[in-house]
Amino acid sequence: MDAIEPARAATKLSIRNLCFYYGSYQALKPITMDIPEKKVTAFIGPSGCGKSTLLRTLNRMYELYPGQRATGEVMLDGSNVLDPRQDLNLLRAKVGMVFQKPTPFPMSIFDNIAFGVRLYESLPHVLMEERVEWALKKAALWDEVKDKLKQTGMGLSGGQQQRLCIARAIAVKPEVVLLDEPCSALDPISTARIEELITDLKNDYTIVIVTHNMQQAARVSDFTAYMYLGEMIEFGQTDSIFIKPKNKQTEDYITGRFG
Amino acid sequence: MSALYRKRRIINAFNLTVSLFAVLFGLFWLGWILWTLVAHGFESIGMNMFTQTTPPPGSNGGLLNAIAGSFTMSLLATLIGTPIGIMAGTYLAEFGGRGWLGPTTRFINDILLSAPSIVIGLFIYAVYVAQVRHFSGWAGTFALSLLVIPVVLKTTENMLRLVPNSLREAAAALGAPQWRIVTMITWRAARAGILTGILLAVARISGETAPLLFTALNNQFWSSDMNAPMANLPVVIFQFAMSPYEDWQRLAWGGALLITTAVLALNILARVLFREKNPLQ
Repeated sequence: MDAIEPARAATKLSIRNLCFYYGSYQALKPITMDIPEKKVTAFIGPSGCGKSTLLRTLNRMYELYPGQRATGEVMLDGSNVLDPRQDLNLLRAKVGMVFQKPTPFPMSIFDNIAFGVRLYESLPHVLMEERVEWALKKAALWDEVKDKLKQTGMGLSGGQQQRLCIARAIAVKPEVVLLDEPCSALDPISTARIEELITDLKNDYTIVIVTHNMQQAARVSDFTAYMYLGEMIEFGQTDSIFIKPKNKQTEDYITGRFG
Repeated sequence: MSALYRKRRIINAFNLTVSLFAVLFGLFWLGWILWTLVAHGFESIGMNMFTQTTPPPGSNGGLLNAIAGSFTMSLLATLIGTPIGIMAGTYLAEFGGRGWLGPTTRFINDILLSAPSIVIGLFIYAVYVAQVRHFSGWAGTFALSLLVIPVVLKTTENMLRLVPNSLREAAAALGAPQWRIVTMITWRAARAGILTGILLAVARISGETAPLLFTALNNQFWSSDMNAPMANLPVVIFQFAMSPYEDWQRLAWGGALLITTAVLALNILARVLFREKNPLQ
């Protein structure tokens, strides 16, 4: 299968013949695609189609669990992410991730943001304060929490917690941000704020988002990939996927006749 | 009302009643024990108990040396046992998922947890007391620390398992190495639970008599020498309660009330801590 070249966008992540296995079960059939730089790419498809699995190979999250492995290539800035010699921690500094459920750490709001930064930089306190403020502003959370940075992050609302997690990921200054159904545990208002945020963030970051919500994919993404049973069925500009999909399966899913 | 529904209501009422009686039955004995303790022990609680050492029969005295001995040995045993228990529990919950070492350790720990405490006392007697040829405060401390380890290990492991994996993933996704995830994230998240385990272990060892009988023995006089036999509340209670002297028996009741109150306070503290400081709830 040839790589699908999204028109006129530089490639950030170049995926070649990527297969993924849970033990002996093959969850991803060879996948080849180019994820464009500083755009939002959405993975959609019915439950169990492998979209989260694909996302979790991009920062090798799967390595936390024995028996999970990936073959093929994911090229990021000229080096293969899947290469065992690739330093995991440096890879994850470059490729940040935000999860389905908000996961604030059991510490203050300030320390939540500083935790990741401290892994890579030893900043004097003033610079750390600046970095925390910068990240919180980027995540559109600063105004709500600037007077309670010493309070625990667990006390925030769900939507605020999720923006805290986004700020935490951004504070490390990654190049790619992976979002794994970031709004599925949030109410519509919080969801709208996160979606706005995603649109702002793509000026600086390459964003890959997995979502169950097709309207969301249509609203926030520039490119959409439709997956089914571990295969990449169709990948292209979001407009063309939603308005005139080339594949019958994609059309059935998008129009709600399937899935 | 259908017959089936009526039958279900009757079964429900019957079971509720039986459960209620079971609760009352348990509470009745507990209440009786506490009442007996207070009734017999209350009169001998006073300043003397905390300022004077154990008396010879027929004269006045207190439990100062026994209280100090129990406190010292329990404290040292906790200081020795807690780090080992926490580290081993952390290994089981965070690192020991694969291979044979984890499951084997867990199995042996469960045996240790339910081993009769007199066996622990005999063990220390055989490997330590019999070798150095004298009873000592250290021997008592070692025996008690062997009781602390399995309790702390078990609660640490269980509390760490309650920490959602999503929290570990979130830290790993930032590029944190595993030791940082454990020390900065999961220990913190499970802090209240681990602390509760330590308090419960302290509560358990502070009332143990059997492991001290063959190790610390007892001492009628004040002694802060850890290499000499050391007085302690449980063994003093045991000896004084068995004695024919009434003043000794009164002191035994007082000591029993003291230990029970302390253990009760520790348990309440553990519950309050776990409820208020547990960030997972």
